[in-house]
Amino acid sequence: MEVLRVENIQKSFGKTEVLKGIDFSLNEGEVLSVIGSSGSGKTTLLRCLNFLETPQKGRILVGGKVLFDAEDKAKQSDAAIRLNRLHFGLVFQQFNLFPQYTVKKNVTLAESLFAKEKIKKEGNYKGYTHLREAYAAIDEKADKLLEEVGLLAKSESYPCELSGGQQQRVAIARALAMEPQILCFDEPTSALDPELTGEVLRVIRELKEKGRTMIIVTHEIEFARDVSDTIMFMDGGVVAEMGAPSQVIENPQNERTRAFLSRFNER
Amino acid sequence: MFITVIQALNEGFLQTLKLFAVTLLGALPLGLVIAFGSMNKFLPLRWLSRVLVWIVRGTPLMLQLIIIFYVPGMILEENPWAVENGRFAAAAVAFILNYACYFSEIFRGGIEGVPIGQQEAGQVLGMTKSQIFFKVTLLQMIKRIVPPMSNEIITLVKDTAIARIISWQELIYAGYAFLKGSHGYAGLFWPLLFTGLYYLAFNGLLTLLFGWIEKKMSYFRS
Ligand SMILES: Nc1ncnc2c1ncn2[C@@H]1O[C@H](COP(=O)(O)OP(=O)(O)OP(=O)(O)O)[C@@H](O)[C@H]1O
Ligand SMILES: [Mg+2]
Repeated sequence: MEVLRVENIQKSFGKTEVLKGIDFSLNEGEVLSVIGSSGSGKTTLLRCLNFLETPQKGRILVGGKVLFDAEDKAKQSDAAIRLNRLHFGLVFQQFNLFPQYTVKKNVTLAESLFAKEKIKKEGNYKGYTHLREAYAAIDEKADKLLEEVGLLAKSESYPCELSGGQQQRVAIARALAMEPQILCFDEPTSALDPELTGEVLRVIRELKEKGRTMIIVTHEIEFARDVSDTIMFMDGGVVAEMGAPSQVIENPQNERTRAFLSRFNER
Repeated sequence: MFITVIQALNEGFLQTLKLFAVTLLGALPLGLVIAFGSMNKFLPLRWLSRVLVWIVRGTPLMLQLIIIFYVPGMILEENPWAVENGRFAAAAVAFILNYACYFSEIFRGGIEGVPIGQQEAGQVLGMTKSQIFFKVTLLQMIKRIVPPMSNEIITLVKDTAIARIISWQELIYAGYAFLKGSHGYAGLFWPLLFTGLYYLAFNGLLTLLFGWIEKKMSYFRS
């Protein structure tokens, strides 16, 4: 079943056209990996999906519902954007954990604030009418997520006490806590020492097995081939080639894809 | 003699403290306002703030004090400082303006120093702008602001002595008076040296306080 549809997304910064009309769709439970050379617009695409950038043209639909339409300014109010964001999660290259909070609090903070607001305004969050019950449930979920990423034992540590790989796994748990339908990763292992990338990639593989819908921007071609249902090769702000890994990686049709991949094969 | 001197020095120190406290109370909020001005998207406001900061930081506090105290009397019909406590008021205005500009740069550094990624991480988790400010970035800003701020505040304690230039009777003034002649004494040098102990003790206290605050926030790195 189709969960995400992106139509003709165009984004410029000043005179620089970065995305020149991106179209694709993604089915539930599928993993899409985005590859492409530096500056091709991969990060910008993820940032558009997470409403950190506002495209000048195009539409974004999740589950058939229009979340973003460049023509419709009414949908772009702060409050609307904030709720739309919750359909997506984003794991950053630089982790961006909150340094002053423990691992556990990093995972629970956003949802606790959200629950508090809901209960105050509507008297109800996910069926909980008391803040204390909601917090208990959020806490329990955080433990489960930290268990999933193998860091339950580090619950009370602070980010500065963790390795990069551990920090990134916390960041994944934190993103999952808001229960996004689509989880996006922007080069999740690029800031890590080579010996630490494995633990993060393993967590992402496990998420794939659990049926998470994900979009992964990565330079780890091997990993992308293993974990993805679809590979998108971006070049100069357009989708140059898209298809199954066997097609795009083993047997690229596009000249630029071939040039890009050959650089990787040489390594 | 000792009692007389100590009483006079205490009185002077009280005045020093008064100027110190009033400067902090005025310059901290005004500094924040100037900091936001100098980061404002509205270009004229940004330039105005930055030019103000440039002028104030680029000239001696002593000169600013003299200008603020004497110039209004020269151009206005009536000298606005020619009232009770006028000298103190003039000193307070000069110090507040001067320190607000220094503080504004510290605030700006603290605010801009928090990586944009922190804000973005909050945003993608669906947090509101005010939640992000109060729950995510504020403490990180404070952590960045405290060390330079403590330096500046300790400098302020010593700078209050400059107010003597407009005959504001602060601590050094009180000590110096015993050298020139006061309370029936003249040529006493030790009271002036003694004022140093007051500064040392007070700054020692402040150093301990700021050290404690910094330690409180040392559990995280940002
Ligand atoms: N905020 C911005 N303002 C101006 N230009 C920008 C901005 N963000 C990105 N760009 C430009 O857009 C282009 C694409 O950037 P983007 O970060 O999306 O590339 P990328 O594919 O993620 O590259 P990399 O592999 O290096 O991460 C680059 O030329 C970049 O300089
Ligand atoms: Mg990028």
